[in-house]
Amino acid sequence: MLPILARRIANIIPTLAAVVALVFVLFSVLPGSFVSAMNEDGRTTIDPAVMERMRKEMGLDDPVTTRFAKYVTHIVVGDLGTSFRTREPVTKLISPRVWPSLKLVFAAMCFAIAIGVPLGFIAALRPGSVFDTASMVCAISGLSLSQFWLGLMMMYLFALQLKWLPSFGYGDGGIYHLILPAIALGVGPMALLARTTRAAVLDVLNADFVRTARSKGMTETRVVEWHVLRNALVLVITTIGLQFGSLMGAAVVVEKLFAWPGVGSLLVDSVFQRDIPTVQGCILLIVTFFLLINMLIDLAYVAIDPRIRYG
Amino acid sequence: MTVPLLKVDELRIALAGDVIHNAVEEVSFEIGRGEAFGLVGESGCGKSITALAIMGLLRRPLSLAGGRIALDGQEIQDASPSEWRRLRGSRIAMIFQEPMTALNPLSPVGKQIAEMFVLHQGASWSEAMDRAEEALRQVRVPSPERRIRDYPHQLSGGMRQRVMIAIALACGPDLLIADEPTTALDVTVQSEIIDLMAELCAAKGTAILMISHDLGLVANMCRRVAVMYAGRIVESQPAGAIFATPRHPYTQGLVDSLPRLGERAKRGRQRLREISGVVPSIASYPAGCRFNPRCFAATDICRNTPPAQTPLPADGLVRCHHHG
Amino acid sequence: MSQSTPASVTADIAAKRRFRLKGGLSLWVGGALVGIALAVAITAPLIAITDPVMSANLMNAEIPPCWEFPFGTDAQGRDIYSRIVYGSRISLTVGVVSQIVNSLIGVSLGLSAGYWGGLWDDFVSGLTNLMLAIPSLIFALAIMAILGPGLVSLVIALGLTNWSYSCRLARAQVLSLKSQGYVQAARILGYGDLRIMFTQLLPNMLGPLIVIATLGMGGAILSEAALSFLGLGIRPPFPSWGSMLSEARDQINTVPWLSVFPGLAIFFTVLGLNLLGDGLRDILDPQTTTRR
Repeated sequence: MLPILARRIANIIPTLAAVVALVFVLFSVLPGSFVSAMNEDGRTTIDPAVMERMRKEMGLDDPVTTRFAKYVTHIVVGDLGTSFRTREPVTKLISPRVWPSLKLVFAAMCFAIAIGVPLGFIAALRPGSVFDTASMVCAISGLSLSQFWLGLMMMYLFALQLKWLPSFGYGDGGIYHLILPAIALGVGPMALLARTTRAAVLDVLNADFVRTARSKGMTETRVVEWHVLRNALVLVITTIGLQFGSLMGAAVVVEKLFAWPGVGSLLVDSVFQRDIPTVQGCILLIVTFFLLINMLIDLAYVAIDPRIRYG
Repeated sequence: MTVPLLKVDELRIALAGDVIHNAVEEVSFEIGRGEAFGLVGESGCGKSITALAIMGLLRRPLSLAGGRIALDGQEIQDASPSEWRRLRGSRIAMIFQEPMTALNPLSPVGKQIAEMFVLHQGASWSEAMDRAEEALRQVRVPSPERRIRDYPHQLSGGMRQRVMIAIALACGPDLLIADEPTTALDVTVQSEIIDLMAELCAAKGTAILMISHDLGLVANMCRRVAVMYAGRIVESQPAGAIFATPRHPYTQGLVDSLPRLGERAKRGRQRLREISGVVPSIASYPAGCRFNPRCFAATDICRNTPPAQTPLPADGLVRCHHHG
Repeated sequence: MSQSTPASVTADIAAKRRFRLKGGLSLWVGGALVGIALAVAITAPLIAITDPVMSANLMNAEIPPCWEFPFGTDAQGRDIYSRIVYGSRISLTVGVVSQIVNSLIGVSLGLSAGYWGGLWDDFVSGLTNLMLAIPSLIFALAIMAILGPGLVSLVIALGLTNWSYSCRLARAQVLSLKSQGYVQAARILGYGDLRIMFTQLLPNMLGPLIVIATLGMGGAILSEAALSFLGLGIRPPFPSWGSMLSEARDQINTVPWLSVFPGLAIFFTVLGLNLLGDGLRDILDPQTTTRR
């Protein structure tokens, strides 16, 4: 297990390096355009003095290579720079946002898995049944919803009309504030997981080894328990890993909608405040998290599938 | 007269599609206790689904449309699912063609054998694993104590098929159905597997229903051979007689298409004979005798009237208007 | 594959037949929804009641849905129905054009990488992995932050960030097609590389690519709505469905119909594209079932 872990971590590093370079190029090589673009919309005008300060702070007069070297060395020691807005270290701005974001993303994913996987599973065991058709219609509808609109509708119904749940904010960090955003965020991945699980289970049910299991004289329940479950899980887990990506993208919008104090809403606010170091820091954090999640998924594979373990 | 172990009588299997077709019809044969019986035919002739019908494993769109299957004189074609489960594995077992995909890739092979003892004999898992090791030793897998923990992908094709044999024979079934058990294997391994199957079955008194497209292989192993074509049995004879005096033109074609050792020295260099044409698909079986478009001896009657069965000596039969 | 089991062959036939029925239904419903959306977008000036931006009239502010204003009016008295009708132009333009950009990038990279292999293939694979490592909406958001709001920026941002699927698909297809007889025959006949790519390879992978593109359009429309909702896409007063929702959010308690209808418009358009993609997959791409 340990050498595999080491290999997976080693696999992440070049990708992460490339992302760092990309983020640097996007925001630090082209900051002029970033500043002027935010200017164009006419809502805010930038004081030339501020522009000058920004240029100075970013060391724009240094050659690109020097700036990149400085940027990378800072990141390596965990320094994401200083916020333009609050003049605090970016790490200090981000760190209180991490836990709420993690809570939201994992709550959404748990919701998606807890509903989507069983739904797809039962649907696959009764293909063509009313349940199958109904759940697959729900699934494709869930895939077509925009998360923030669903959030808005739920906010209206459950928070403002029925007054069952708080409409926005983090509250004291309790579960009531978490429910609506987590469901809004989880419906998309839930729908996709239901579809993937169904397809995976149907695939496995048609496999030759399931016919072998039946020829052994097993009950259909045993066949599913002993031979279908784990094999279908391999496919489902891949989807879960990939879904974290779009989940974290959507989390930005949902956090903004529910005024959730997470990394996503910090990212959006920082974009509007032209706080480039914070924007860069948030993006790097999100990408790193996504890569780590997929590394964990890879390890889960290794635990489940002997072909990878020994292959 | 003794009751045969397996008696298949006028078996008919339907394929539901736009219209319902009979994928298999008028198939009858008997297998005695401990007897090896061969069923030969080209791809798509219905031999594999006949086997699945005997296992009660037909799935949509295939279904049993008529006929009787009797095991030890007891009819089982209408058995309930739970009755079928008690038969499967313990009294009738099956080996499939593809040892690569027929085993669960995520489960150690020992466990897949042990399941049989847990399912049918109520053994505990630890006891079952010990017996699985013994079963692996019987099919001559080297160092079975280590192999029981191996996963299918760690074994060669031949080893996997040995595992399949161990699973099939674990509970000492009365009948073993082997559906093309060696087709996917290297030629060098084929005879080992066949010999192993024959030997183990002979020792345990298990009857074999051997299904293959390879007439030579079947004739070597089995006492009796039935030849299927387009969903029907066209000829059935003792193995020796099939070779010596094939009566149906299709069987004659099969026999002629086999290369024979020493033939070239005797008759000089010569092309092997093939049967022209292709197997008709289920949806387009020709009228009359289904072999008539490919038959060298076909006449008008063959194109219009399906031939009836003509009995041959030694319980044989042939289905041809012009049987020699 | 098991060569001598008629059961598997016949099961295949039956499965195809079942799928034709099933694929047919989602194909037709999806096609109808997409057709309606397209028709609305094309005929917007004819079927809209008022101008979407200029018709502000405070006398008509915040009227609930009624005969005169089927979807109600907003705080400035603008007709929501007309704004949604015009909004379809933005959503569909962004969806279609950005997906065309994605397909062009993805197919040319994937096709050439699979065909030439070697260093170029390594480079493209690395680039694809990089794209997959960054959640695409986050990437698009970063690009929008630099380019600034607007239709062109949206098309660029969404067109540059979602090509990895078509790229991987094209590459995989080339690798499996390359070894087949007709491609080798074309090479022996002395066809040039580009000619082989365009006449032999591309036509044979068009089906799955169309499926991916259809599903991708739905994704792009959802992303456009999200970015506009955040204020990074289309800015008010121009009527994009996302920007309408962005404006409506603060009034959700008092004027809920402002939020309901643009969301429904997004939902039915994207549902149409998803259904159409599913239906097309059953026809064009029988091997893969429901992987996305």
